[in-house]
Amino acid sequence: MNAIEVKNLTKVFGKFTAVDNINFNVKQGEIFGFLGANGAGKSTTIRMLIGILEPTYGDALVSGYSIKNQSDLVKQNIGYMSQKFSLYNDLTVVENIRFFAGIYGLDGKKYEERKEWVLKVADLENMGNVITGSLPGGIKQRLALGTAVIHEPKIVFLDEPTSGVDPISRRNFWDLINELSEGGTTVLVTTHYLDEAEFCNDIILINAGKLIAQGNSQELKSNYIKNPILEIESDRVVDSLEILEKEKWVGETSIFGNYIHVILNDSTINEQHIFQLLQNKNGIAVKRVEKITPTLEDVFIHLIEKDSKKNVQ
Amino acid sequence: MFNRIFAIAKKEMRQLKRDIRMLFIVFFFPVVLLAIFGYAINFDVHHIKIAVYDQDRSEYTRDYISGLISSEYFDLVTYIDNDDQIKKMLDEKIVQAVVVFPKDMSRRLLSKQEVKIQFLVDGVDGTSANVIQNYVNAATYSYSIQLTKEYLAVTGKNLYVPIDLQPRFWFNPDLQSTRFLIPGLMGMILIITAVISISLSIVREKERGTIEQINVSPLSSIEFILGKTIPYIVISLINATIVLLAGYILFGIVIKGNILLLLLGTFAFLFAALSLGVFISTISDSQQVAFQAANVTSLLPSLILSGFIFPIESMPIAIQVLTNITPAKFYIVILRAILLRGAGISAFWDQLIYLGIFGLVFIVLATLVDKKSKNK
Repeated sequence: MNAIEVKNLTKVFGKFTAVDNINFNVKQGEIFGFLGANGAGKSTTIRMLIGILEPTYGDALVSGYSIKNQSDLVKQNIGYMSQKFSLYNDLTVVENIRFFAGIYGLDGKKYEERKEWVLKVADLENMGNVITGSLPGGIKQRLALGTAVIHEPKIVFLDEPTSGVDPISRRNFWDLINELSEGGTTVLVTTHYLDEAEFCNDIILINAGKLIAQGNSQELKSNYIKNPILEIESDRVVDSLEILEKEKWVGETSIFGNYIHVILNDSTINEQHIFQLLQNKNGIAVKRVEKITPTLEDVFIHLIEKDSKKNVQ
Repeated sequence: MFNRIFAIAKKEMRQLKRDIRMLFIVFFFPVVLLAIFGYAINFDVHHIKIAVYDQDRSEYTRDYISGLISSEYFDLVTYIDNDDQIKKMLDEKIVQAVVVFPKDMSRRLLSKQEVKIQFLVDGVDGTSANVIQNYVNAATYSYSIQLTKEYLAVTGKNLYVPIDLQPRFWFNPDLQSTRFLIPGLMGMILIITAVISISLSIVREKERGTIEQINVSPLSSIEFILGKTIPYIVISLINATIVLLAGYILFGIVIKGNILLLLLGTFAFLFAALSLGVFISTISDSQQVAFQAANVTSLLPSLILSGFIFPIESMPIAIQVLTNITPAKFYIVILRAILLRGAGISAFWDQLIYLGIFGLVFIVLATLVDKKSKNK
């Protein structure tokens, strides 16, 4: 059974279509990555799935309940945590836990048990009386996730949970997500970080409200970019890029620090052609040219550019 | 359901405990307002400064003046001796009124002719001028009667006054304006603290994003609003008690009527005021906006339109209709009935209904606006 089934989900604000006829399924217990640029419609989709925004068309079943007609039942079966860490900064850690336990109706032994669990996962075992606002970001974020799942929901939605957090805290946070997933909780997570997307069992990518790709990371890499990619390292990155873009056999280009990734339209082109063009004709020192398998980033840049071009036409 | 409401209420109390600014608004503000308004707004006119231009300098003029200044209403500042000084006295506001006795006053009195005494009053402050005129009329009338009696005594007759009016002021025998003002003040203080505190406390959740976490929980809007308002109902009742105690200690106001009825009226009023506050929270996005809106909708109308200071009966019809925008108007009627007259529910049941309607209207409006904004 699928934890989430999204059918023709659409949200229109006035003349603007924020989410445009999206369909996807999320399997029970998996970590599902939801990717897209800012304003692509990720948050709008999530807000519909958690029952606080009504869809204009379409529907979704979350834990078997319709978000259109049974949003109260949906709310009882999910947890939600957003980038803003919706904890009360002026309450202590335990006061926050007690409050969220209270609105989900936990009390007595169950409450004590879950309180201990939240304190443990947030690494705050002896710091229950600390004011939440004074905690460091990474800890606060784990506390927020802990309180968001205090009622042990079957599905948890995480809306950019790691934005603005240092890499070590991000790593710790993902350990916690994996722990939840192993315990059978379905996790739907939106993120900007493509390295985080690699941790997901399944991924969808949306652009301008439309779903443009889905699959696991292997499928995405092999299904969406058929043409070879070359990684070029040279001493004048910007100049090299300008020269390359004039060539007919160059498809898309993108800069990654000192490297340029080039998707070739013509598979007969090889490393030698690049050396010839940049070094011999234009006098740019080329350190390295290598054929690579595409990264998720290449895939997404490729897909988003393709989609944007289509939209312009 | 009650557990969830209770969870919200407890959380609200814990937050309030740490919020110094809010505690100040909620507890200190009312007492300060009561003291300032109680002492500052005082329509009783005492110690009016007068000057006397006595061209007669007789026993009669002295008697007349001592009759005026023996009361606490008038203070004799100075005697003057020419017409020019009259203008100076009034222009420079050295005195509020000047009494001018004519040159031939005693001669005319002795020859049983009518005497005209000129009384010049600074009319800029119309209310005071009116009061001054009334006091002087009364004083002159009683001196006239005294002279008539003396005259008749000489001729061996008794004065017969056919009608003697004996006014007695009920509910406020000394006509102290504070007795009239305290109920209005109590209404104003309660509405300000109730509307400001509830709207700020809801908008703060919007501003900080914590409302999002509540929206995704199974908590219904009704549970949320009830949980939020319970602490402020308790606080408002404490406030009402503080104001009543301060009214007793500072101004000697005792509750004449039934305390349970007072509680009932206060509940009805808090329902109306809190739903106004909830409505404001739905149309405001920041605490600043909410604070301004709460001030404008609670402070100004309850000060000007509630009948607290200016009697509603003497306003133009259009303004009288407008007075219904403040629940303080209805509450003040209830308070005056219970506090000053000791009246029963028959004197104000209609006001309870108005308060109920007011509260319902704003709760429904708030729900509509909230539904609409959720789909944006």
